[in-house]
Amino acid sequence: MSKTITIDGKIIPFEEGQTIMDAAMAAGIYIPHLCHQPEFTPHGSCKLCTVKVNGRNCSACTFPAMDGQDVLSETEELIDDRRKITQMLFVEGNHLCPGCEKTGNCQLQAVGYHLNMLDNHFPLFYPDREIDASHPDVMIDQSRCIFCTLCVRASQQKDGKNVFAISGRGINKHLIFNAESGLLKDTALEATDQAAHICPTGAILIKRTGYQVPIGERIYDHKQIDQVSLASSGSRPDEALPPSLAVETEHVKHGE
Amino acid sequence: MANKIRVATTSLAGCFGCHMSFLDIDERMLQLVEVVEFDRSPLTDIEHCTNCDIGLIEGGVCNSENVHVLREFRNNCKILVAVGACAINGGLPALRNHIPLEECLNEAYLDGIGVENPQIPSDIELPLLLNQVHPIHEVVKIDYFLPGCPPSADVFWKFLTDLIEGREPSLPYELVHYD
Amino acid sequence: MRQFIQDIAENNHYQATHLLQILRQIQSRYHYIPEAAIEQLSDSLNISRTQIISVIEFYSFFHLTPKGQYELLISDSITDHMLGKKDLLDYLADKLAVTVGEVREDGLVSLDNTSCTGMCDQGPAGLVNGYALTRLDRPACDKIAELINRQKPLNEWPAELFQVEDNIYKSGLLLNRQIKQGAALSSTFSRGVKETLKEIDKSGLRGRGGAGFKTAIKWQFCSEEPQTERYVVCNADEGEPGTFKDRVLLNSYADQVFEGMTVCAAIIGAKQGFLYLRGEYLHLHDKLQDILDQRRQNGLLGNNIQNAGVDFDIEICLGAGAYICGEESALIESLEGKAGIPRNRPPYPVTQGYLGKPTVVNNVETFLAAATIAVNGGDWFADIGTEKSKGTKILSISGDCARPGIYEYPFGTTIQTILNECGAVDVLGVQVGGPSGTFISNQEFERKLAFEDLATGGSFIIFNSSRNILDAVQNFTHFFAHESCGFCTPCRVGTSLLKKQMDKIVEGHGSAGDIVALEELCQLVKNYSHCGLGQTAANPILTTLERYLGLYESQLKEISFEPGFDLDGALETARRMANRYDAGAHLAQTESEHE
Repeated sequence: MSKTITIDGKIIPFEEGQTIMDAAMAAGIYIPHLCHQPEFTPHGSCKLCTVKVNGRNCSACTFPAMDGQDVLSETEELIDDRRKITQMLFVEGNHLCPGCEKTGNCQLQAVGYHLNMLDNHFPLFYPDREIDASHPDVMIDQSRCIFCTLCVRASQQKDGKNVFAISGRGINKHLIFNAESGLLKDTALEATDQAAHICPTGAILIKRTGYQVPIGERIYDHKQIDQVSLASSGSRPDEALPPSLAVETEHVKHGE
Repeated sequence: MANKIRVATTSLAGCFGCHMSFLDIDERMLQLVEVVEFDRSPLTDIEHCTNCDIGLIEGGVCNSENVHVLREFRNNCKILVAVGACAINGGLPALRNHIPLEECLNEAYLDGIGVENPQIPSDIELPLLLNQVHPIHEVVKIDYFLPGCPPSADVFWKFLTDLIEGREPSLPYELVHYD
Repeated sequence: MRQFIQDIAENNHYQATHLLQILRQIQSRYHYIPEAAIEQLSDSLNISRTQIISVIEFYSFFHLTPKGQYELLISDSITDHMLGKKDLLDYLADKLAVTVGEVREDGLVSLDNTSCTGMCDQGPAGLVNGYALTRLDRPACDKIAELINRQKPLNEWPAELFQVEDNIYKSGLLLNRQIKQGAALSSTFSRGVKETLKEIDKSGLRGRGGAGFKTAIKWQFCSEEPQTERYVVCNADEGEPGTFKDRVLLNSYADQVFEGMTVCAAIIGAKQGFLYLRGEYLHLHDKLQDILDQRRQNGLLGNNIQNAGVDFDIEICLGAGAYICGEESALIESLEGKAGIPRNRPPYPVTQGYLGKPTVVNNVETFLAAATIAVNGGDWFADIGTEKSKGTKILSISGDCARPGIYEYPFGTTIQTILNECGAVDVLGVQVGGPSGTFISNQEFERKLAFEDLATGGSFIIFNSSRNILDAVQNFTHFFAHESCGFCTPCRVGTSLLKKQMDKIVEGHGSAGDIVALEELCQLVKNYSHCGLGQTAANPILTTLERYLGLYESQLKEISFEPGFDLDGALETARRMANRYDAGAHLAQTESEHE
């Protein structure tokens, strides 16, 4: 008899060692998330994947599935609060979508769409954060960073490098680069690194590729993030990249 | 036709792109004017708001005049709507928000490249700039938000027809865009 | 500098886990961490420079740019404010000709605020180059300014500036009975470790940090873990504003605390222990080190303790200014030489703690109690207290009372009794358990000190009726925003939003919807944050909103909406640059002001 949990009344099986997120994704159930990617050690920081487990709030991406758990995910309360957490991410940075190359391919934006977020709800911070355009192929706009650490993890766990780290405390957190100069150009980062493509927002961009796919024809212009996320989960790592980014990677490879 | 719904529109720190997009409802405009009458708007050249049912505001608040216009709309419109990215979060004009205003003015009027006869414009007819560009909901109470840069013609159509037909306005997934 | 850093690295056996201790020494010598030091440490400790920088930028006491040769910090606890801290800070800034938050041009002195330094019974307090200053007043500030301007080394400063008193006013079960050095261990070994654990279980002892997990169960879980390398950690990072009991326990009862740790080690089978001492208590460090040395000499630490075949030693690790390190998993991260970011749980520290090994983390007071229980048995302790809260609780009492200091009470004591004994009159309310606890009003003084009623880690701040509660709430809310580690969205952004929203209301820019917005935000931060910091950061607002809604409402403008920023102020730069002084160059904050 295999072990099961219940998500919103639906009974789903899981294997020992799986998190609630793992089990949900395997069963085709989408739980919103930004800091999580199945191929990396879960981080649990964005809190969008918060679900109610036996009445208590837990992060689905880090909380182990245990036999008989009663998990609630798509409740009105959780959806409302996930929207507010997304709004928090928008107001703490400078997320001006019309001026961002990533628009349409941005997971932060797509989660906003998914949650029917129409405004920012909270006062905007308009932080003054740095842009590093020193690297020949990659640029970083810190004002769009949401501290998910996916680039940190990808660089360490996939690229075998250690280009990024999150530094600072509280609202003053920021991304730092592993070079004596502190500049991206002096790090080991290459445009083909997975770390350069994993950013769920427009904080890390590959230069000269931004408008190869016109606005209106991008991933989330036509597909909801739940479909995209479920389609890419549990498959080969390079398929986990959103399609347009996979194309970008190809392009950069050919270009070299 | 005394019972027509009165609509006013304006653009604050915006580019009129939202207005252009509104006009993209094309021939549906004919249906709309059956039930709607325009008050103050770039479409009518009426200079001041009278009592209206709906006010559509494009653009954020970047100067003192924007504040006055916004307040006039709030005082006269039963329902006030933030239309487009700039009204909702300041949009691209808000890119100046992390640069001190003094630096912006110096660059533009005193020591920037190509500046002739450097001086800060000063005339009582000219509105003064605020330190930062603000979304309109930080200055007056806003009832609805229509995201997009611009919101598509269908967004305007869906929103207005919902209101006119007495439904709580809502935007389905395909109409929600921030770009 | 190269040699200096080389020596420090060598003394720390090139262990990256010692990064905080290494950086403390560099900061102390150079008053910042120079770039060259980062590069050198990166090589010698074999860690990335980004890891070093992220540690420097996480802790308040480390800096990437030079601070003054005299780094002066003034405690920003509400209790310091109640003792006139703000005036004093301005006075000091004036005397030293330095701007708060900056370094004086000659580089001699820097002045800034710091979170509560744990001297609430003898404030206003501060730190100079890490050493505690107490009972500051204008004459003391004059003296300090003069000493700094004459560049007197700290060891030549008058001792009274650094005098720290215990101020124990009421002793009970624990404070009355100093046990003899070694007594708890000999009792443990003669009774047997399993039996001693049973006694601790029987005593009903629960963690004294505030959360109240049963100590015996924690120790038992840890001892049952299959991994045999285990650790004991004493959490002396008491950062909760208003608490200072651990300072006193470590000053006067340290031997017993260490003994409690050793009893724990014998029970769970640990060979190494750590005392994580908050950086603000640097003044205790050498004394504690001497006590450890003495215990080693007396065969109470080291190999084969009391010939019972137990090997155990204790190392002192100093923090560097981060409230979050009081959270046990953040503390463990900090012990490992990293930024203090709370871990995801499960796994809990008892299964995967320090370096991934089973670890018991307990409060100073818990170890003290455990040592005493090991001597006197469980019943002795369990006879006192209430059904769910056995024994006594040591309180740090500060604020508006005649005798601020340390008081030990049996659980079940009423707040009124406590107020009477410390000489508090005309009391408006009490903050029980610090900012993360509960504010109770003067209608609730029959409530009891107990896990089942008012749980507390020990902070007890009294406000009399001359105080404005909202000042305290604002201070606490700023504190949490400053101390949030920033890991999770609801706390990182939420505590900053709470600060903005609270400031808006207190500064009189709030209007009708703002209290609803405030409460909604509080619930979001409380329900979705990753750890205890975020989950309690809204407590100051929530517990006072519940009791003093009218007070909040009286701050609001009687209009439906008010801008959240100063409209006319936002025109000031443009006005000045355009030389505009006409009426049209101004904006009223609300339209009603026009009329």
